[in-house]
Amino acid sequence: MPEVDASFLALPRHELAEAALQRARDLGATFAEFRLERIRSESIALRDSRLENAQDDEDLGLAVRVIHDGTWGFAAGVALTEDEAVQVAEQAVNMAQVSRPINAETIELADEPVYADVTWVSSYEIDPFSLPRAEKVALLTDYSDRLLGADGVAHVSVHVASVHECKFYANSAGTSYTQQRVRIGPEITAFAVDAESGRFDSMSTCAPPAGRGWEYLTGTGWNWDEELAQIPGWLAEKMAAPTVEAGTYDVVIDPTNLWLTIHESIGHATELDRALGYEANYAGTSFATIDRLGTLKYGSPIMHVTGDRTAENGLSTVGYDDEGVAGQQWDLVKDGILVGYQVDRRMAKVNEERLATPRSNGCAYADSSGHIPIQRMANVSLQPAPDGPSTEELISRVKNGIYIVGDKSWSIDMQRYNFQFTGQRFYKITDGTLDGQVRDVAYQATTTDFWGSMEAVGGPQTYVLGGALNCGKAQPGQSGAVSHGCPSALFRSVRILNTTQEAGR
Amino acid sequence: MTTAIQLTSQDTVEQGLALAAAEGADGCVVIVAETSSTNLRWANNTLTTNGAMRGSSVTVIATAGAGEGTAAGVVGRSSVTDASLREIVSAAVATARAASPAEDARPLVDGTTGADWDLEPEETTVGVYEKFAPALGETLARAGHENRWLYGFADHQVVTLYVGSSTGLRLRQALPRGFVTATGKSGDLSQSAWVGAATRDFTDIDAHAIDAELTRRLGWATRTVPVDAGRHATVLPPAAVADLTTYLYWCLDGREAFEGRSVFAKPSGGTRVGDVLSPQPVNLRSDPLLPGLETFPFAVARSSGGSASVFDNGLTLAATDWIRGGRLESLMTSRHTADLIDALAATPSVDNYVLSVDGASGSTDDLVAGLDRGLLVTCLWYIRMVDPQTLLLTGLTRDGVYLVENGEVTGAVNNFRFNESPVDLLARFTAAGASVPALSREWGDTFSRTATPPLLVPDFNMSSVSQAN
Repeated sequence: MPEVDASFLALPRHELAEAALQRARDLGATFAEFRLERIRSESIALRDSRLENAQDDEDLGLAVRVIHDGTWGFAAGVALTEDEAVQVAEQAVNMAQVSRPINAETIELADEPVYADVTWVSSYEIDPFSLPRAEKVALLTDYSDRLLGADGVAHVSVHVASVHECKFYANSAGTSYTQQRVRIGPEITAFAVDAESGRFDSMSTCAPPAGRGWEYLTGTGWNWDEELAQIPGWLAEKMAAPTVEAGTYDVVIDPTNLWLTIHESIGHATELDRALGYEANYAGTSFATIDRLGTLKYGSPIMHVTGDRTAENGLSTVGYDDEGVAGQQWDLVKDGILVGYQVDRRMAKVNEERLATPRSNGCAYADSSGHIPIQRMANVSLQPAPDGPSTEELISRVKNGIYIVGDKSWSIDMQRYNFQFTGQRFYKITDGTLDGQVRDVAYQATTTDFWGSMEAVGGPQTYVLGGALNCGKAQPGQSGAVSHGCPSALFRSVRILNTTQEAGR
Repeated sequence: MTTAIQLTSQDTVEQGLALAAAEGADGCVVIVAETSSTNLRWANNTLTTNGAMRGSSVTVIATAGAGEGTAAGVVGRSSVTDASLREIVSAAVATARAASPAEDARPLVDGTTGADWDLEPEETTVGVYEKFAPALGETLARAGHENRWLYGFADHQVVTLYVGSSTGLRLRQALPRGFVTATGKSGDLSQSAWVGAATRDFTDIDAHAIDAELTRRLGWATRTVPVDAGRHATVLPPAAVADLTTYLYWCLDGREAFEGRSVFAKPSGGTRVGDVLSPQPVNLRSDPLLPGLETFPFAVARSSGGSASVFDNGLTLAATDWIRGGRLESLMTSRHTADLIDALAATPSVDNYVLSVDGASGSTDDLVAGLDRGLLVTCLWYIRMVDPQTLLLTGLTRDGVYLVENGEVTGAVNNFRFNESPVDLLARFTAAGASVPALSREWGDTFSRTATPPLLVPDFNMSSVSQAN
């Protein structure tokens, strides 16, 4: 089990927190919280097997948020001195005072037990920042070479993002924790160009970003050898594939594609801040409004979706959130009905009766010390059927359909009704078996229609934990990493577009 | 506690360059960015979050290996002390020594010390909202009384950049960036409207005028008319044109086109520079000195990729015609990729643009007045690439689509998902207005220095209806 990095523990975290919290108390804050965060990030990019970019960054700073006269105030700074901590606390109180005249709501928070001086570290084996750059570049160059040397591959791009996040949190109620999380996101893409027609296309690895270390790149949790060996053939088949005939098809969606549909149409739609209108000017609202909690038919009765901040290797997995709430798991959709939301402590308090629980489920997150904590997404996952079918069995139930693998393009409206997705590979299904790739495919649906058309979910053997490193939300914009687990699933009568026709060609 | 010393921006640059030289680096660039920002966010007629943030970032780019092919090492930190600067420079030099030669390696850009080099960073404070915040408070209270809901965000930041190099360059530039976006909803939440604007200092932002425009638009929605998906005559106001044009702008990469994997690639090989993209006299131009859209006049690259190269830091950014008179004039390049594709000179990305149509005049309202029947869009949202071959984008209309009949707005219609290529739209629009500063709904938070005209597209592809409102 890895331990918290010694150089982070060497920072005067308790002293800074005490100075800031004491100053906030002295100025009359009824609640105050302090964060010290250090985020290391590395980005390595190869283009046609040559190193295009390698960058090593570190963001280190502190933040104070207060409730003063019933109003939030937030400020952040960069110098790690007690003077700075005191000054940032003063700025946060000042911000609350300036904001007081236009705040119509007295801020109160849901209760949470106190966790005193606890430590939590995410599950990984090899800290990517502990390895020499050259060793990492050498492995990625090997992966790139395997594709670049293959027939029909004109170009290859490789990008790996690694993040090492250390946080110290303390609040005026007595909670304090030190938390370390590691995550990694590899993307490898092969490109083909047909010199005669000018047509080009690409095929990317389906390996999702994960709450893992460098061991992920060497085969723990993903079979790189197998996938890299297949990509040139898949790409060649896609280049030669017939264009799809637009229409209505039954579709089997692989978890490498379905995770993103879950993210957009369930993950964001069950964020309570969206449902309450707090994101109306930016990310948008949600059709799944709180008056429909317990009654909204989200999908077919086999649909069971959970929120969690506890899944091993999950990107949103934490010990404690940015309001000092412990990680939990709960239901969002059960038997096809909306039964829960993702909340923070303020929303939990305001909506305590409707949510039928007095506690936050721990979804507060700020992407750095410079940003305010907001409600961010838990790992939102579609549960498999305990004795459910394999992907092949699902395909066998389709007479004329399409099997969709890997994510690519995505878009959904501001209330999370109308979405459109493409993918990496689309296979025609004829009489229950795969019948070669087709191209130019997009699927388009309305959220509740789509989930209502879900006839079967696969078993645990089809389950994959997908995810994204850079989910955007809020103003100022914040980036969040989140995982979504799901099985393969079968949907009846889904609208398939031909993207070439959509372009008017 | 250690006695680490916080350094001024100028000292960070000078000491960083000296340390790199002492470590034996061939060359070095140090970029310091000092940022301060302040924001207000409101929803449901009340303030929700706010903040006053200061941040800094230091990027050290060391080069090594001259003679056998130069490599770069790039290390960035959010702030430095005299002690940590030494570690960072060491790490950058060591990384450069261990790396294989960089393809984009070029001699570092020469220069001298600018006249304003010694000036301190400029800063913004919450005081920038001195007039705006109380007026906003009044509109929030009034909205409550008049049964409508307001949501929005105001942001103001000042970035001061210091760029120094071992080749003598000492550049300093401070720039403000600000914007406000505001959404209004009817009391029953069934109708939405939106207004956005960029600003340098908030003196030109009138909260009451924004509220009045939202109220006017919500008034249009007192009559609602369902309209089916399909190809519709559509007026795109400047904000919606900016939503689409910014995506096109980001796809102007020269190397991608040269390699045959962009809409700007020639099927037979090479790029489409010189091709006529539009029968209309359309121009897409960037210029760091555009009045009201002023931006950094030199290249700043903390990483290499596409048309950006860390070796090009400090390169003067000239006015660049990307499209002129409907013809594709140039694509984005670094010095390296300019050589690769045989371009005359490097034309890196600039943080602004103007899309204009020669001879076009008038406003969105004028285009509406000339339309017998069609749609007026407010802005576009969730715009993503569907097919790079044609630059086919998908996305949605948002916060107000209106029915135009006989030159007048006669009601609100449902939202749509669209599938369209901005390159095709430049070839298909049939009328345009004058270019005005316009904030893209989708990209304006980070790319706000844009001016665009309103356009009339006779056959905009609304692929399906969205129930969102």
